Amino acid sequence: MPVPETFEFFIDAGRCIGCQSCIQACAECDTHKGQSMIQLDYVDRARSTQTLPVVCMHCDSPTCAEVCPADAIKRTEDGVVQTARKPRCIACNNCVLACPFGVPKMNTRMNLMMKCDMCHDRTSVGLKPMCASVCPSQALAFGTREEMAKLRPRSKPVNTFQFGAQTIRTKVNVMVPADAQREFVDVTAAMHEPTIGHEVLDDVFGAEVRA
Amino acid sequence: MNRDVRRSATRGLVASSTLGALIVAGSRNLDHFDAALVAYTFSILFATFGLTYRYSMWLSRPPTALYWRRGWQAFFRRGLLIRHAGQLLSRIGLDVLGNRFIVRRGQLRGLTHLLIMWGCIIAVAITFPLVFGWLHFSPVPGDLTRYEAVVFGFRAFRFPHDSTLAFFLFHGLVWASFLVIAGVMLAMRRRMREGGAAALQRFAEDFMPLVLLFAVSVTGLMLTASYTWMKGYGFTFISILHAVTVIGTFLWLPFGKFFHVFQRPAQLGVGFYKDVGRLEEKAHCRRCGHAFTSRMHVLDLIEVERKLGYRYEIAAGEVEHYQWICPPCRRASFVMAQGLLWRGHRGGSSLPCAEALLPMPTFANRGLGEGPLDSEDAENFHP
Repeated sequence: MPVPETFEFFIDAGRCIGCQSCIQACAECDTHKGQSMIQLDYVDRARSTQTLPVVCMHCDSPTCAEVCPADAIKRTEDGVVQTARKPRCIACNNCVLACPFGVPKMNTRMNLMMKCDMCHDRTSVGLKPMCASVCPSQALAFGTREEMAKLRPRSKPVNTFQFGAQTIRTKVNVMVPADAQREFVDVTAAMHEPTIGHEVLDDVFGAEVRA
Repeated sequence: MNRDVRRSATRGLVASSTLGALIVAGSRNLDHFDAALVAYTFSILFATFGLTYRYSMWLSRPPTALYWRRGWQAFFRRGLLIRHAGQLLSRIGLDVLGNRFIVRRGQLRGLTHLLIMWGCIIAVAITFPLVFGWLHFSPVPGDLTRYEAVVFGFRAFRFPHDSTLAFFLFHGLVWASFLVIAGVMLAMRRRMREGGAAALQRFAEDFMPLVLLFAVSVTGLMLTASYTWMKGYGFTFISILHAVTVIGTFLWLPFGKFFHVFQRPAQLGVGFYKDVGRLEEKAHCRRCGHAFTSRMHVLDLIEVERKLGYRYEIAAGEVEHYQWICPPCRRASFVMAQGLLWRGHRGGSSLPCAEALLPMPTFANRGLGEGPLDSEDAENFHP
């Protein structure tokens, strides 16, 4: 069964609190039992608590599938880019290295690439993906555009990304300010952006604080 | 008709013609060719054409063509050939014949595949030579208690017709069908019970091959049952039914899941490519500076992406191509780009980095199965 068209995935990494609920929930997904497919990183652990929750963006023209020499990655008619088909994947690592969002993982012992397939077993029957169902801050959210517009009137979803000269459109959206001028996210322009956070003073009771 | 189609069709014709010539030669000008099996022969000739055509078309895809070439180059790398030859034998034994990587995906899953694979190998090893007239049995002249196996027109070995060996040999297809049926049952059980499999499977891709294998095995067993215990009851009908299922399976070979049998050996070439890559210069991420794969692999991917029409080139700066950014730094760039759009709307501020390169992102949870999946992920993601 296809994922209902009205339901979409929305990511707002700025809301992520790094609680790791998504990691634990993802590992319970039936299609990759016991192994978490979500990518959650600290940008700069030494200086900030900023975290990066990244799921498969399900590109319209998936680079991972195109560079696959074994033709193992398929995109369904409802736009879900599936994890590698097990009989075909030859574990060449191309998809892992070519994905512009850095999503797929490689299970070398099993000769198998594994990645998020938007919990197709759940989303195809109208349930939320595991990660979105447990995310307490709804950095990872799954629902209709109308729901999102109502819940987050200051945001709007965007699904177009720029990587150098390459434009990639995806099934998954990211939330940007409603008044953002551009209708795309320029990823390579932010490549050298440092982490976001607050300066932390070594001596919290120091002169600057007392003053 | 484009060049790839013409070339693939030609290769298909050459392959099926070569097999046709070998059938004529191996059956000694069709002297030992069983005319009753002619439908099987033509279906195999068609499957040979279809498989060669599809394999050739598959090889013409830019990534497949490149890694096919690179796999052979890596295997024949000067100074490594002897080591690679040893590894080839070991990997064929463990991964191809022993299904090691499938057993690691799940023990029951490994057993399922082993049963189906070995059942099919035994069946093919028996039936193809018989159908092609490459193998036949004849009584030993002057000794009616013994049979003689003749392979490709040459006498191979003799054995008593009432021996245990003869029993096992003449019932080879029965043993093969037992293995296949057990494997198909286990596979069906998994497909009917597992939610994950149920969500992703397709009838034509996943069920059809199992149905075909089951039909071939059961109708084959029915033939044995008919002539062994039922005095040949319904034998003609069953033999036609069996032929239909077998021919249907052969015709399906190039199109469906069975094609993976012919694609799969590519993993051997990929293994050597990655082994050679580990000995060579590393690629260093141009955001965080850490090594993440071989330089050769990055350059090859850039070439493949260009051929496929992707334009990940970056005009400004020293990065040049997005492929020089490691996967964790891609995730960081993606999320930082979204954060950049929120600047001025949300709290927090950029924390400038004094170093020329930004620190590499680190996994929030490095636990087994939660961060990197294996050693290769450790190289890809340098957690």
